[in-house]
Amino acid sequence: MRRQKFRESAMRAVFLLCACVSILAVALICWFLFSSGVPAMGKIGVGSFLFGEKWKPNANLYGILPMILGSVYATAGAILVGVPLGLLTAVFLARFCPARLHRTLRRAIDLLAGIPSIVYGFFGLMALVPLGQLLFGGSGKSLLTASVLLGIMILPTVVSVSETALRAVPDSYYEGALALGATHERAVFTAVLPAARSGILAGVVLGVGRAVGETMAVIMVAGNQTAMPSGLLRGVRTLTANIVIEMGYATDLHREALFATGVVLFVFILLINLAFSCLKRKGAGA
Amino acid sequence: MKTTRHPGSAILRGLVWAAAALSVLILLSILVFILVKGIPNLNAGLFAREYTSENCSMLPAILNTVKLTFFSLLLAVPLGVFSAIYLAEYARRGSRLVKAVRLTTETLAGIPSIVYGLFGYLMFNISMGLGYSLLAGVLTLSIMVLPTILRTTEEALLAVPDLYREGSFGLGAGRLRTVFRIVLPAAAPGVLSGVILAIGRIVGETAALIFTSGTASGTAGLTTSGRSLAVHMYALWNEGLHMGAAYATGVVLLVLVVGINSLAAWAAGKVSRGTV
Repeated sequence: MRRQKFRESAMRAVFLLCACVSILAVALICWFLFSSGVPAMGKIGVGSFLFGEKWKPNANLYGILPMILGSVYATAGAILVGVPLGLLTAVFLARFCPARLHRTLRRAIDLLAGIPSIVYGFFGLMALVPLGQLLFGGSGKSLLTASVLLGIMILPTVVSVSETALRAVPDSYYEGALALGATHERAVFTAVLPAARSGILAGVVLGVGRAVGETMAVIMVAGNQTAMPSGLLRGVRTLTANIVIEMGYATDLHREALFATGVVLFVFILLINLAFSCLKRKGAGA
Repeated sequence: MKTTRHPGSAILRGLVWAAAALSVLILLSILVFILVKGIPNLNAGLFAREYTSENCSMLPAILNTVKLTFFSLLLAVPLGVFSAIYLAEYARRGSRLVKAVRLTTETLAGIPSIVYGLFGYLMFNISMGLGYSLLAGVLTLSIMVLPTILRTTEEALLAVPDLYREGSFGLGAGRLRTVFRIVLPAAAPGVLSGVILAIGRIVGETAALIFTSGTASGTAGLTTSGRSLAVHMYALWNEGLHMGAAYATGVVLLVLVVGINSLAAWAAGKVSRGTV
């Protein structure tokens, strides 16, 4: 009896310890990133690091504004491409899809979610880049190409979260709209869709997080020039690309500046995560 | 009849159908492009025992991927499952600790792989002095897939009806016995689908591995550097000399990951039909 009691409490302690690993992991990630990146920001100067327009490690110029803007623009582009398409697909899945088609379509979306980013990158390289060359000339590696590819990559996230949100809306909303004489389409778009607003927004925010953090696919199609972004058809470099491209050979302050780039990226992601969990809570409450 | 009287509705319906069709079309074109470009480049040399700069064999990379997956799961599965057991079976719902674990798990799930890569490099490669090695990659990956396993396991545990637990307690079993003998087996397909999803993520991972397990081309032990299949593909692209081999690797990678994910979907389907 006492042995059993001991075993019970011992295993309970083990489970508890394991549960604390996530907390420990987040703490460690924060500690290692900030302690390696923040000193570099101090040395370069926070202002000239965050708002400097020139990234020239050879000349000791470490301004990451081009990369910050690159990430922001590419993400915005991804939203413009991925959200309308994803939202409409989610509406289709939730309210229009014949039951027989639903399984197949769901599996297709899941498949899209499972494709590794490096494979997306190769798809971009083989399909989107030549298409860009054909349509607009130039190298084909541009902000536009990156946006389209990222838009495709966030599609499954937007679809899944939005569909769940749409399905969570009580049927009475839809039926009420029908009873007032609305057509099926109108009922869905004017009664169900607005009611699922915060859930859909949560999906979009999650998509933003994916787009900001995406690395491998983007470096293959974005061109990666360090100049300030100057147009849809010009190349851009994102924060993530900056890290991967130069980490291999960077030393000293240059290397620390890359860690600092990681810190900026990390802070972006933390803010996005915060927004996501707020929205999710709001969605669950409504 | 409805459509003729409401042109706006007809347009909306058209849009919705078109969007769904476009989504499927995108998926199909990705699959077709990868297969069409890759399959003609497949040849026996790509699966040779040793990597040389001539054959660009992906076999060492495949072996490294298997090792990375195995050891990462060895760490992450017990950690994730035990955490989930604590959250679902032991903790008081809504306690502070549960909230903290949930928040940090969500945070971990949202962190991009390149940040994991940087963190792994700083902590395991440099601070712990592991250098570029599979072990550093394994440690990084196991933290990365922890939230996947934790969340799916917790959901599966919560889906097991309380009736099972009450029955077990009623027969005089302790909490621990109930968890391992009754609840966990009932939730097994859900746990399995989480594990398979984690495998899919590990196999497809690139950014977290480049700076932790590195890009050496040979078959690696735990303490030496070796590239996984996805990193192999990246390295071939980066060198730019053997694009054919890279395309062929893409096919293998795609088939692997799609297969793994279908397996996860199958397991998850079992859980929704099985226990409840």
